[in-house]
Amino acid sequence: MTAAPTARRPAVSLPMWQGGGTRMGFFTDSSICIGCKACEVACKEWNGVPDIDTGFTGNSYDNTSSVGANSWRHVAFVERQRPDTGDGVQWLMNSDVCKHCTRAACLDVCPTGAIFRSEFGTVVVQDDICNGCGYCVVACPFGVLERREAPDGRAFKCTLCYDRLQVGDEPACAKACPTQSIQFGPLEELRERAEKRLEEVKQEPRYAGARLYGDSKDDGVGGFGAFFLLLDDPEVYGLPPKPVYRRTDLALLWGAASVAASVLTLGVLGSLSWRRR
Amino acid sequence: MVPSGKPRSYYGLPIVKRPAWTWEVPWYLFTGGTAGGLAAVSILARWTGDAKLGRRARRLALAGAVISPVLLISDLGRPERFLNMLRVFRPTSPMSLGSWTLAGFGSSLGAAEMADIVGLPNVVVGTLEGTAGILGPILANYTAVLLGDTANPIWRGGRTILPFVFSGSSMAAAGASLCVAGPTDEGVAARRMVVLGTIIEQASFLLMEQRLGPLAEPYHDGAAGRLVKLHRASSLAGATLISTLGGRSRKAAILGGALTLAGSAALRQCVYRAGFQSAADPRYLVDSQRGAATDPGDGNGSVT
Repeated sequence: MTAAPTARRPAVSLPMWQGGGTRMGFFTDSSICIGCKACEVACKEWNGVPDIDTGFTGNSYDNTSSVGANSWRHVAFVERQRPDTGDGVQWLMNSDVCKHCTRAACLDVCPTGAIFRSEFGTVVVQDDICNGCGYCVVACPFGVLERREAPDGRAFKCTLCYDRLQVGDEPACAKACPTQSIQFGPLEELRERAEKRLEEVKQEPRYAGARLYGDSKDDGVGGFGAFFLLLDDPEVYGLPPKPVYRRTDLALLWGAASVAASVLTLGVLGSLSWRRR
Repeated sequence: MVPSGKPRSYYGLPIVKRPAWTWEVPWYLFTGGTAGGLAAVSILARWTGDAKLGRRARRLALAGAVISPVLLISDLGRPERFLNMLRVFRPTSPMSLGSWTLAGFGSSLGAAEMADIVGLPNVVVGTLEGTAGILGPILANYTAVLLGDTANPIWRGGRTILPFVFSGSSMAAAGASLCVAGPTDEGVAARRMVVLGTIIEQASFLLMEQRLGPLAEPYHDGAAGRLVKLHRASSLAGATLISTLGGRSRKAAILGGALTLAGSAALRQCVYRAGFQSAADPRYLVDSQRGAATDPGDGNGSVT
């Protein structure tokens, strides 16, 4: 990405991505989500995502439960007492999706190179390369990646409609969203728009806790390519409060492993040579 | 309906996914770790002048090096694509580095065995054994890096200490398999490895638990908790038996070795299983990220 930052928010630097194009993403504004699930349906239709049978969960109007291999969008449906007055019902709705992280753990840990950074700055799994090792599943700080057990256990997730983007169209979920809760566009633009929207939302006293989630390059994954406006803490929506992935941590881990490997070697050597005395 | 304020989760549903791996993975952690330790014994025994012990260690290591990739390939969603692991070299992926390590380890051990059989000069056998001997301890430890470089709270939380747990366990298991396979009067070094390895393994596990704090809960509960108890009982009994009677009685050496091996296998099983329990309850993840050791369900301290 060439440096074209706004005054407030400098351009995100992408370690793996040297594309000259504009980084595209989602801004999901949960304050105007009506929980209609059109995004879930449109995504399934366009991407041929298999059906899931979750039965009846009893968790308000949510029977999808989470983002996964067979649900690339998931509308969280929080039903609870109004926190401000203590009586009456409050509904919080938010359409969750792959975050297309700036520092994507799944992409880094993938041993086959099946996961790549596209020219749009998005993170995509190539299903003809993935061998179903399952490492991305445990690496993702958001629990997005999952193996699709039938037929063969490969990993699947949101591609940010890579095929549609290549022909200049917008992703299916954004297109289907009737309230523009899901907005697609150049990430820098979306961030500016989100800042303004946040100020508006916070005017309302009961939404004083509104915040942007994943909009900052200073967060633990270097900012999301798909970020959110939330009305309460991320964990209320089933999102991690402070997700972290840093490549630099690996140096620490390999350092510890090297010392441990030396302990093993020296222990064996000690056991063997001691005997000679 | 959820009462306002608490609990601070989405209907108690998990946030990170549980591991998608199958039963083969913890067994691989055991076979790979033990083979890695044995490969170090192989070359170091040669250097310290015990060719017989070295050869025995190498053959046992080779057995582990043959079983390990079979277990790993069987775990893949698309086993026929296993060569995709060696399609690229990715320093950012512990699994990629591990695959290359395992491939190099297995081929150098196999080549050393062949070279020995056809009677190639000692320097050739020694070089190949040495390669495996360097890769072995990495093989025993990279799996701890692999587990630590994930979003799983209990693996992530103990990630700088886990390599030492695995190292100790691999040392003990390498010694134990030599106690079982070899004659008693030759097994002094093997018995020392069992005792020293067990001490390192037990001490670092305790340290890891202490560092994890409330995150260590899965090591006390459920299936993982039971496996921890089995691991401790088995490893400690094995090391005790080996260190007391192991030098005098062949039966004691075999039983003690078997107990140590079982303890080492149970260690990998409990670490693996704990990852499932840690992922299942969102409280572990939220608490670790909020830096709060709060009681479950206490949502009052919420800050953003």
